[in-house]
Amino acid sequence: MNDTIRSILKEHGRLAVDVGAIADDADLYQAGMTSHASVNLMLALEGAFDVEFPDRMLRRRVFESISSIRAAIEELTGGA
Amino acid sequence: MSWNDVTRGPVRSELVEQARRIGTEVARPHAGAVDRDARFPFEAAAALREERLLGATVPVELGGLGASVAEVAAMCTELGKHCSATAVAFAMHHIQIACMARHGMGSPFFRAYLTECAERQLLVASATSEVGVGGDMRSSVCAVERDGARFRLRKASSVLSYAEHADSILATARRAPEAPKNDQVLVLLTKGQYTLERTTTWDPLGMRGTCSPGYVTTGEASSDQILDAAFGDIAAQTMVPYSHVTWSSAWLGIASDAVSRARAYVRADARRRPGVLPYGAPRLGEVTNLLQTMRATVFEATAEYDAMMREPTPPDHLSTIAYALKMNNLKISASQLVGKIVLECLTICGMAGYSNDSPFSMGRQLRDALGAALQVSNDRINTTNAGLLLVYKDD
Repeated sequence: MNDTIRSILKEHGRLAVDVGAIADDADLYQAGMTSHASVNLMLALEGAFDVEFPDRMLRRRVFESISSIRAAIEELTGGA
Repeated sequence: MSWNDVTRGPVRSELVEQARRIGTEVARPHAGAVDRDARFPFEAAAALREERLLGATVPVELGGLGASVAEVAAMCTELGKHCSATAVAFAMHHIQIACMARHGMGSPFFRAYLTECAERQLLVASATSEVGVGGDMRSSVCAVERDGARFRLRKASSVLSYAEHADSILATARRAPEAPKNDQVLVLLTKGQYTLERTTTWDPLGMRGTCSPGYVTTGEASSDQILDAAFGDIAAQTMVPYSHVTWSSAWLGIASDAVSRARAYVRADARRRPGVLPYGAPRLGEVTNLLQTMRATVFEATAEYDAMMREPTPPDHLSTIAYALKMNNLKISASQLVGKIVLECLTICGMAGYSNDSPFSMGRQLRDALGAALQVSNDRINTTNAGLLLVYKDD
């Protein structure tokens, strides 16, 4: 799952650094992801994993790292 | 507190009374000169200092009045009825204090500085705008340059309100020279630690007393003066909602004042010809309806934010897209309504409203009100909302 997240992040995250070089728990906002980019990331993740993030999940902390994104998707897909 | 104010949240009536008195007795008599000369409202600022209201939002344990956002909002409305520049400057100052008080209480430096703010009734300015970021507060060009235990900052602000009258400046900057544009921190520079070089003139249509030309601020200070918290969190939890709530409350003051004048105008007309409904009366009915809508919008958002600010830890809801949308909508609604209300009041008062030297003059109020939709452009906010709505579900 982390690879899929990374490839979506590479395409939509607009990070200031190479996605391959950042750790799973690195802060994506500190890596240059803007609010605007995070919305595109959310849309792409919803499309790729066939999930809908409920409003309670649409906040900074949930999308701040690859690990936190993975945790959110796992919660929505029942840990699959 | 009148029954009118109940829904704004719990408010100490003595604070509102003080603001009302300063508005009526000090801000109002000088509002014309402040506007004409585009100069800072010194008299109102001095009166607010004297009543210790510049330290209102400093926590009680640090010597302040521990004023809630609802209390600051109520004071902004009172001041806004008499001098919009005073009200908006008061709001901006307390936004800065609130950011330090909500996010800097773990820092000995910021605790000591807040204590000093209350003791000496210091005035804090805000340097968030910057040349080259296109109005995006969440981007910075300038960066904190650390050198041992100190840092340097050079920031070119496109607007920096009442900078020459402030005791310190709270500025956004990139965390480090190599940090991306949105990895920002807030840093405080106090008087003596910075120089200001004015880069633009200041002759705007309204809000002239805020004295907000562009400046290059160059400063150096101890690294203790960098707020540790990520600016993204400070912005979402405090700076943005606090700004929108207090600004819209100040605009509510402008709108209330305009409607009061229009009502007095229609009443005078009615007294001259009892039995004949004045021409302006039906329009006054419509504008009173708009004012009620504006008040309800502002009060509801104030009460909700006030309740969240009273929680021991900031609720997650503050950082959601749902809440960002709501605050953006508050700003858009209130700024549109204030312009519309004052314009309608001008129509009601007719030539008496159009004359600058009449007691029913709407000139200053109209020019001040029209700035509300531009300072943080509503078009920009609508574009941001459009993006957020692509993922928001309203579930």
